[in-house]
Amino acid sequence: MIKKLICVVLAAFIAISASTSCGISKAERSENVVYVYNAGEYIDPDLLDQFTAETGIQVVYDEFESNEIMYPKIESGAAVYDVVCPSDYMIEKMIKKDLLQPIDYSKIPNIKNIGDYYIEQSRSFDPEHKYTVPYCWGTVGILYNKTMVSEKVDSWDILWDEKYKNEILMQDSVRDAFMVSLMDLGYSCNSLDHDEIEAATERLKAQKHLVQAYVVDQVRDKMIGNEAALGVIYSGEALYTQSQNPDLEYVIPKEGTNLWLDCWVMPKNAKNVENGLKFLNFLCDAKVAAKNFEYITYSTPNEACRDYIEDEDLKNSETAFPDLSKYTNLETYHYLGDTADKYLNGMWREVKSY
Amino acid sequence: MRKPWKSLSKKTRALAAPYFVWSVGFIIIPLIIIFFYGFADANGHFTLSNVASIFSHVNLKALIISMLLSFLSTFVCLLIAYPLAYILAEFGHGKSSLFAFIFILPMWMNSLLRTIAWQNLLEKTGLINTILSFFHLPTMMIINTPWAIVLGMVYDFLPFMILPIYNTLSRLEIDYANAARDLGANGWQTFWKITWPLSLPGVISGITMVFVPSLTTFVISDILGGGKILLIGNIIEQLFTQDNDWNAGAGLSIVLMIFIVISMIITDKYDKEDATKK
Repeated sequence: MIKKLICVVLAAFIAISASTSCGISKAERSENVVYVYNAGEYIDPDLLDQFTAETGIQVVYDEFESNEIMYPKIESGAAVYDVVCPSDYMIEKMIKKDLLQPIDYSKIPNIKNIGDYYIEQSRSFDPEHKYTVPYCWGTVGILYNKTMVSEKVDSWDILWDEKYKNEILMQDSVRDAFMVSLMDLGYSCNSLDHDEIEAATERLKAQKHLVQAYVVDQVRDKMIGNEAALGVIYSGEALYTQSQNPDLEYVIPKEGTNLWLDCWVMPKNAKNVENGLKFLNFLCDAKVAAKNFEYITYSTPNEACRDYIEDEDLKNSETAFPDLSKYTNLETYHYLGDTADKYLNGMWREVKSY
Repeated sequence: MRKPWKSLSKKTRALAAPYFVWSVGFIIIPLIIIFFYGFADANGHFTLSNVASIFSHVNLKALIISMLLSFLSTFVCLLIAYPLAYILAEFGHGKSSLFAFIFILPMWMNSLLRTIAWQNLLEKTGLINTILSFFHLPTMMIINTPWAIVLGMVYDFLPFMILPIYNTLSRLEIDYANAARDLGANGWQTFWKITWPLSLPGVISGITMVFVPSLTTFVISDILGGGKILLIGNIIEQLFTQDNDWNAGAGLSIVLMIFIVISMIITDKYDKEDATKK
């Protein structure tokens, strides 16, 4: 409550200073607008113009770097967005914290294009399928450089191989880093068991002297630039990196990995609900989804769009559309609760300061 | 002479008003908020645990590493900046402002970009190593180590050391040095007895201006340290953004503020002692 109040005071200050300096753009002044909050580099920017051209609705588009950075802005109400695109476990948290409003699917006829498989998957964090419109999905795996790694890569174990000292890039994100360690040890990536988490922490500490750097988006550029031999990366980035550097190969380790699903949701305090629904319906359109896929190359749950993908390589890509039935141990992240989150964050800092 | 607020004319008061609003709105209120969070738990009850968390193993280690790296980079900056400022002030009359300008020029570019540029230079397949391996020289692997962070700090903050020293040195009366020489002092004696003490105010403000940003940085360690070295700034940043734990973040910020205030008191004291000596 106090946090909210302070945020409102701060927001008021910023608003006053912004408005007195004429900082309000045309879009924000007009009524017909939709506020979109998406992860970084996660949409074909042309589509935003196309949406405005088709509907006359201005898009105010903001980006966030991680789910964790997005969350406090929505929670405090410091920023009001109509549609936001978080990941599975974060959506679960937002539902539990009562931050989302149910979506009126009758206003999104194009949702029929989304495969039933993905709607089912979304029920693992949105059990009644009330709040979410699936947007992109994928796995977390190992991207390796075939010229530097000659052996067969099929296990997370290779990230602990002394041979690759200073050649390994790890994800600088709590859940992904612990997922690698936990699943390599044969545990669940949603483990709440302190012994298991401690074992995973020790394993990450033991890995640290082999790690070149803990990075997020930079894994992509560093792997393209032959800076490292192995990197932990999201499947959606794999296609792009391969197009830039054909020596790179993506694998899903045999111990299993995280299967993630990012969905659009509407925060409770959204102001332009109708426009938000129009925007989501637009994104679910098969042609739009195909165009978007070709730009961002993250696997799309939009099954109808496969026919509209022009690039044959992308259309038939094993990386973008893997046969998931081949993999037995794919797990979706769950919200672990505030106490467990805090515990994991503390453990992660211990690894990084080790 | 300071005048009481009430005795000021209406015009003066009106002129001061914007600064008053600014300092209240953007300095005092945010500080109060930081202190409020720092001494409260998640439910808003008073607690000292946020501030005391500096003694946890991870936080203490981060603070100590931050202090060591900041001391080192401040020292290196001083070593580089003083002779340079001296040469600029002493020998470059007329042209010196151009040279000083050249050293200040990088400040006009965003410091984040300059740090990323260093990352590209130092990387395994970066420019420096490409050139070194072209000549079959051993490659340099300092990226993602503390040395890269010190290099980044020195590069980013060097102008803040050069400028104040150059300013004090260029305003020194040449007569003082001439008088010392007339009285038989040699070059070194003149420097140690006359020039150095008189330039101390510039040196001290240079030290503060390098030490404080070095102590609080989190960008340089993130980019050049590869996320493998946590400075106290990184911990505070992560508490705010990743953990969404504003209380712990604010608590550590207060601790850091205490260290900064201490360093300013020390430098201020030296400054005053120096003034009274004169």
